[in-house]
Amino acid sequence: MGFFDKLKHVFSGQEEEKQTVEEQKYEKGLEKSRKTFGDKLNELFANFRSVDEEFFEELEEKLIEADVGFETAVKISEELQEEVKLRNVKDKKDVSNAIIEKLVSLYEAEGTTEDNSLHFAQNGPTVFLFVGVNGVGKTTTIGKLAHRYQQEGKKVLLAAADTFRAGAIEQLVEWGRRVNVEVVRKPERSDPAAVVFDAVQKAKSEDYDILLVDTAGRLQNKVNLMNELGKIARVITRELPDAPQEVLLALDATTGQNALTQAKQFKDVTNVTGIVLTKLDGTAKGGIVLAIRNELHLPVKLVGLGEKMDDLRDFEPVEFVYGLFNGLVEAPKEEN
Amino acid sequence: MAFEGLTERLQNAIGKLRKKGKISEADVREVMREIRLALLEADVNFQVVKDFVKTVRTRAIGAEVLESLTPAQQIVKIVNDELTKVMGEEAVELNKSDKIPTIIMMVGLQGAGKTTTLGKLALKLKNEKNARPLMIAADIYRPAAIDQLEILGKSIDVPVFSMGTDVSPVEIVRKGLELAAEKKNDYVLIDTAGRLQIDELLMDELAQIKTLAQPDEILLTVDAMTGQNAVEVAKGFNEQLDVTGVVLTKLDGDTRGGAALSIRSVTGKPIKFIGQGEKMTDLDVFYPDRMSSRILGMGDMLTLIEKAQQDFDEKKAQQMQEKMRENSFDFNDFIDQMEQVQKMGPMEDIIKMIPGMANNPAIKNLKVNPKDIDHLKAVVYSMTNEERENPDLFNPSRRRRIAAGSGRPIHEVNRMIKQFNEMKKMMGKVSKGNFEGMEGMFGNGLSGKLAKMSMNSMARKNKKRKLKRLKNKKRRK
Repeated sequence: MGFFDKLKHVFSGQEEEKQTVEEQKYEKGLEKSRKTFGDKLNELFANFRSVDEEFFEELEEKLIEADVGFETAVKISEELQEEVKLRNVKDKKDVSNAIIEKLVSLYEAEGTTEDNSLHFAQNGPTVFLFVGVNGVGKTTTIGKLAHRYQQEGKKVLLAAADTFRAGAIEQLVEWGRRVNVEVVRKPERSDPAAVVFDAVQKAKSEDYDILLVDTAGRLQNKVNLMNELGKIARVITRELPDAPQEVLLALDATTGQNALTQAKQFKDVTNVTGIVLTKLDGTAKGGIVLAIRNELHLPVKLVGLGEKMDDLRDFEPVEFVYGLFNGLVEAPKEEN
Repeated sequence: MAFEGLTERLQNAIGKLRKKGKISEADVREVMREIRLALLEADVNFQVVKDFVKTVRTRAIGAEVLESLTPAQQIVKIVNDELTKVMGEEAVELNKSDKIPTIIMMVGLQGAGKTTTLGKLALKLKNEKNARPLMIAADIYRPAAIDQLEILGKSIDVPVFSMGTDVSPVEIVRKGLELAAEKKNDYVLIDTAGRLQIDELLMDELAQIKTLAQPDEILLTVDAMTGQNAVEVAKGFNEQLDVTGVVLTKLDGDTRGGAALSIRSVTGKPIKFIGQGEKMTDLDVFYPDRMSSRILGMGDMLTLIEKAQQDFDEKKAQQMQEKMRENSFDFNDFIDQMEQVQKMGPMEDIIKMIPGMANNPAIKNLKVNPKDIDHLKAVVYSMTNEERENPDLFNPSRRRRIAAGSGRPIHEVNRMIKQFNEMKKMMGKVSKGNFEGMEGMFGNGLSGKLAKMSMNSMARKNKKRKLKRLKNKKRRK
């Protein structure tokens, strides 16, 4: 079953019994996302009687407004223009379907080989390294994740390798206290790689299951800081050849085009394996997920949907797209 | 640095026009499309872009461009005018209360940089206005937010008032203000927790703090990397709190900073400061006119000069001028100058403030490794005193020795000596007031001309300011 069909089924209510708590959470977190994106498109269709140049310019704007990324927006608009010409579509409804089909297939094309799950070590400790620019929510994500694994009964260790920002160590230690997890720390301004080294040693010798490494936020164009990050990653790999199992780039969902540069630069320095999309509850648009897929080729693995401890979720592509296009796709019965 | 992509695109679009003597309406339309895409790509809000392009188009299609002999320049001028108009004409000072204390409150989303900016602002007030600020830690939600402010306070030697996390923020602010009144602090800075503009409960809390403290300044802190969402954030906070100004943070990244344009045009509130680095001194006043010249590749000489004035040791600069005049510039001075430049901040930022440099393709992706300057220094340190003073001495054997001594490859030593000689030549010219040799340096054509224009105006403005300063000095005596 194609993705689009699956989606239609979801909307038609055939899979309603599957509406789990998980899904409701998504719906709630994305309420704002969905309303805006879906409504905006509907609004666009309502405003235009015919499909012409101006329509596509408008569509381009709507897509950009939804933060789907500049290139993606232009690409979609151009491809659609072709298709509409080819199929000689006049009816608005057909165009509307063509657009959604396009978006979904675009989303799907990049995602067929995508792996949204987190990976763990076969034996010995698993290491997750968190990287990202300042203020995206790395420490908070670690706190939430530590809580989750603690609940699952795993032995979790945190490494406070953000020795730069004032209060960052205390922030992680406070998280450690709340979720009852041990934190490896050194005084402020000490070498972050040294903290990581100690943490890895401890994780090895004391049989921890999971080590979560917090790093200082750094803007991707700062050469020295990026080199420091490279060193941290090397130290981990030297001590544990298969680690880090995941290098997770935390991205603020409200970030614009710069998110793409961030991903590129961080990917160059550390082998980023996935993305944590934070503050998704705050943005009116979830379009950034499309941009990330199409332009970054990095899977989104976790999403932050709120401030509470259990507001960190595994990324569910189907549910996400469901949330994004709800109200746009009509039930298949009417169409067929 | 912000806005480079914008600059490049605009320059390209307008460059196409330049080849034409006369332009038609269709040409204008094409340029407008480029401008539109450039602004959208820079994260400027689409509605703002729409309005902006419309205004520019109307003016461009009017007689003033089509019939002028230099249409390209006319369009640049219109874009520049309009950009400046959107961003505000002049830098806006911090509001000040008639009687102490002046109360400043920071608001914004999570992770925008409120606490860091608050610390920077306190230090700035302390350094520039001899203020005795008090910071109030009213972020009780994020773990260790209070610790962060306290650590910052300690490092800049500014007192912090906190009551832990069990008291309501409103109560903390009340007690903090009482303390400030008692201690006669002239500035009170309130740090609040990050929150979403749609979070009614938390927004209400801010409103309560506002009613209680009656702040003279409510600064909305916004991450310069924010995308289209910036408009909603700015609108949300502005409608509920009526903010008085905006601080744009993390502008030292490679974001294009279109958020600046959006926020300004949606709220009409001035951007007062920009955060450009992790050090506590990295908070600058926002100059809209300078920003729009930067967009157009006219460079930001004023900021550069101000930076130099701040960080340069006056005496040393004077000695340097003497040397330049006598053309006795040697390696000791070279090193000295390197150190002065290093003090001003990352090299790539400085270079990009020079007119015409921001959109020079050779520099576009320039990343100067701060180590490079250290390497240069190592080379000089491996020279004898005699060699440093007399650069003509270098023969291959000496060069080899220096390379071995500094641990740098010999070609690097050669290159450096060559660069040094060129620099020396240029210095001779500059000190005689001859800029001709440098023209080529700033690229050619439009940007070159613009660069010269802005360089001249910069020189004039600088002179004026200097006269003013001298006058003030006399008056004080």
